[in-house]
Amino acid sequence: MPLDKRNAVQLTALAAVLLTLSFISLFVGVSSISPRDIFDLSPLQKQILSITRVPRLLSAVMAGASLAIAGTIMQQLTRNKFVSPTTAGTMDAARLGVLAGLIVFPGASLLQKTAVAFAFALAGTYVFIRIVERVKIKNTIFIPLVGLMFGNIVSSVTTSVAYRFDLLQSLATWLHGDFSMILRGRYEMLYVGVPLMAVAYVYADRFTIAGMGDSFAANLGLNYRRVVNVGLFIVAAVSSAVVLTVGSLPFLGLVVPNIVTIYRGDNVRKNLPHTALLGAALVVGCDVIGRIIIHPYEVSVGLIMGVLGSAVFLFLLLRGNARGARGGVGA
Amino acid sequence: MTTAATAAAAVRARAVRGRLWAAAAVTAVFILLFLVLNIQGDWKFALSRRLTVMGAVLLTALATGGATVIFQTLTHNRILTPGIIGLDSLYVLMQTAVVFVLGAASAAWTDALLHFVLSAGLLTLFAGSLYQGLFRTDKYNVYFILLIGLIAGTLFQSLASFLQMIIDPNEFLITQSRTFASFNNVRLHVLALAAGAVGLVALYVRPCLKYLDVLALGREHAVNLGVDYPRIVRRLWTAVILLTAVATALVGPITFLGLLTVNIAHQFLGDYRHSTLLAGTVLAGVGMLSGGLLLVERVLAFSLPVSVIVNLAGGAYFLYLVLKESQK
Amino acid sequence: MIQAIHVSKRYGPTTAVDDVTVTIKKNRITSLIGPNGAGKSTLLALMSRLAPMDQGDVLVEGRSVRSWDSMELARKVAILKQTNHLSLRLTVRDLVGFGRFPYSQGRLTKADMEHVDQAIEYMNLGDLQHKFLDELSGGERQRAFIAMVVAQDTEYVLLDEPLNNLDMKHSVQIMKVLRRLVDELGKTVVLVLHDINFASSYSDDIVAMKHGRVVAHGSVEEIIRQDVLHDVYDMQFDIHEFDRCKVCLYFLPELTVAR
Repeated sequence: MPLDKRNAVQLTALAAVLLTLSFISLFVGVSSISPRDIFDLSPLQKQILSITRVPRLLSAVMAGASLAIAGTIMQQLTRNKFVSPTTAGTMDAARLGVLAGLIVFPGASLLQKTAVAFAFALAGTYVFIRIVERVKIKNTIFIPLVGLMFGNIVSSVTTSVAYRFDLLQSLATWLHGDFSMILRGRYEMLYVGVPLMAVAYVYADRFTIAGMGDSFAANLGLNYRRVVNVGLFIVAAVSSAVVLTVGSLPFLGLVVPNIVTIYRGDNVRKNLPHTALLGAALVVGCDVIGRIIIHPYEVSVGLIMGVLGSAVFLFLLLRGNARGARGGVGA
Repeated sequence: MTTAATAAAAVRARAVRGRLWAAAAVTAVFILLFLVLNIQGDWKFALSRRLTVMGAVLLTALATGGATVIFQTLTHNRILTPGIIGLDSLYVLMQTAVVFVLGAASAAWTDALLHFVLSAGLLTLFAGSLYQGLFRTDKYNVYFILLIGLIAGTLFQSLASFLQMIIDPNEFLITQSRTFASFNNVRLHVLALAAGAVGLVALYVRPCLKYLDVLALGREHAVNLGVDYPRIVRRLWTAVILLTAVATALVGPITFLGLLTVNIAHQFLGDYRHSTLLAGTVLAGVGMLSGGLLLVERVLAFSLPVSVIVNLAGGAYFLYLVLKESQK
Repeated sequence: MIQAIHVSKRYGPTTAVDDVTVTIKKNRITSLIGPNGAGKSTLLALMSRLAPMDQGDVLVEGRSVRSWDSMELARKVAILKQTNHLSLRLTVRDLVGFGRFPYSQGRLTKADMEHVDQAIEYMNLGDLQHKFLDELSGGERQRAFIAMVVAQDTEYVLLDEPLNNLDMKHSVQIMKVLRRLVDELGKTVVLVLHDINFASSYSDDIVAMKHGRVVAHGSVEEIIRQDVLHDVYDMQFDIHEFDRCKVCLYFLPELTVAR
């Protein structure tokens, strides 16, 4: 099959999966709405759909797609397949920002809180990139190790401060990835991901080149700093928007780009639509599973992503290790 | 030539020893202040309580410091700690799960000894099975095993945070008493058991300590210089696991204590030799913890757990280290 | 004498050393030569028990490396690999002192100190001995590591590409020291070399490897020959003799072929 055609077929298949899952997502929940009712909705059902179900679906789609792309960008910039907002302290920094927002500006609007979280996420990711640029052991596995350690440290600071202000449980509740609290008027911020994804598409090749390093980029006439900054901006904006509206979705930004690479190879720009669709489908799917598994109660999407994400990450690691036995990862 | 060289070496050794004594003196002052400051009422009872707390501090500093020094030498880096493999998250998950499933009235929660044995056992089991991967094949490198542990840690964390979300707020407060490290909750008989365990581990690992300097040169140099590498390294890893598990089960997680103390000892002593490094690290640990307790209990009047302070300081210091390292 | 008997070593699907049997004679310099990936470094690692072999055995003075006590063996055989990055910050003298570990296990005696002094003098490091390794140039650092191996005072000294990254002057300096180790102190040196002319000028014996196997083994006279080298490297050599020393020309293949 010619490449372009295969690409189209794969994209169509992914889109179909996403649409199916979205459809299911609209009709799963405590109050029953069946697809048959769709042409004859009671006022209550209309309200449920427009206030919770549709916002919930939209936010899952946006969060999944944009976080997966943020992961791709980070992996390109650090040239490391095992780096993502979860393994680089971005999410932890955003959480610290949320806490700072809660304490310093208790009456602030969601947008203002996002701004604080964004600033923290940006700073955290920036520190991580600096660390990666200079760290001496460039081992594929050492880098995410340092990132996770960095994340742990940031979150221990968060925990400490939250403890002091008795905010631990509410912080845990808020920041654990969960869609059940998504309502109309509380998720729209995720739309910030749409223009950012477009920028990511335009910049895709530049991220790849910047990942090769400062001098390599300069050699090809690229402004290294600017490209890295654009990348950082996208990653931080997406991460803080997701953390504030949904909570953390562990390993999403890590797993999705890796899966796409496995079946499509390494052309970042062409992979981006796949990454976005797969990320969205994965989150919507996890959310549906979470609602079905102990119906009428819910298991949070954060937990399901955590379990599924770590399993897939382990699989990828073992696989990479088996392949890289001669050098690379296994060295 | 020889005499000049020996003299220079002697001067250096004396400087290092002087610094160690200075650190010991400061630490002794902290301990003394902690024991006698503001002592009122039944001073015999109060002193025996405080002595127990100090015992826990000494044991924690010894176990955590020793484990971290060995761990960093085996993994050839100065910015990771043994707790990195998710032991702390496992401990927190365990506490939350016990309260959630069995309730705060169950023996597993209220009986201090049972609680300690259960915690230490589970942590050892987890860390031990993880490190088996290191011993069994030479296919995986250390960082790989650590990363697997860290992922497991993230998984435990999301499980724990899910439980924390759905648990009753009162029960949440109860778990909080144990998910934050505390030296005041330590019971004397538990302390005695932990001390026995640490003592046994120390005896077990003692003959291997002299190899640490050579191991720091890397595997190939160590083998060249006659170290029976697999046997020695296995012993050292076992000690790391046991010491970390005992310390965590005794007082709770203080993730960055080891990181902080090893690096302080390093900077302060400026000597690569592990004999001085170990002593310096343990001293730094005792000093940090007793100083922290002094601050928390006598100055801040219990508004923050000491582990929070240590973690804050450790986190800031870690960033400083990494960024300083990157400027070279 | 060190004997490798039918040793093999595989890394994943590739066989690095394939059923090699070779004997290293005492009190000589033996060079291992061959193209990239021939298995020279791996063979050296097997002979020095740095890597476990999959098949066969290595005998040091007639005893299998597996049955030697590791400390005892460390007083008999020393190995230095080509990459030497340290996470410790050591002075030259500290590093050389590590060479005495097999004897004193960390507590240097007076006799150890003397060995350290001798090794430092031997490698001409007197002025540098209190400098930290990270303050030295590549050549100086290499000399410091060799001094450590000299202080180890073993009968056998195995070196993996000791001339890597060194300029001509330092290369000559190091080869001269190795020659002295053999001629004055009666040691046995085995080393992996890439420069065929250093191998020709300083060795007594040469072992030529290709695809994990030994393809030729003998004295310099027997190995530095057009036909043998052509088999080993798959390229033309032009060999000249100056003053009992054989020099190979291979830089301009078209000239070499023309002759």
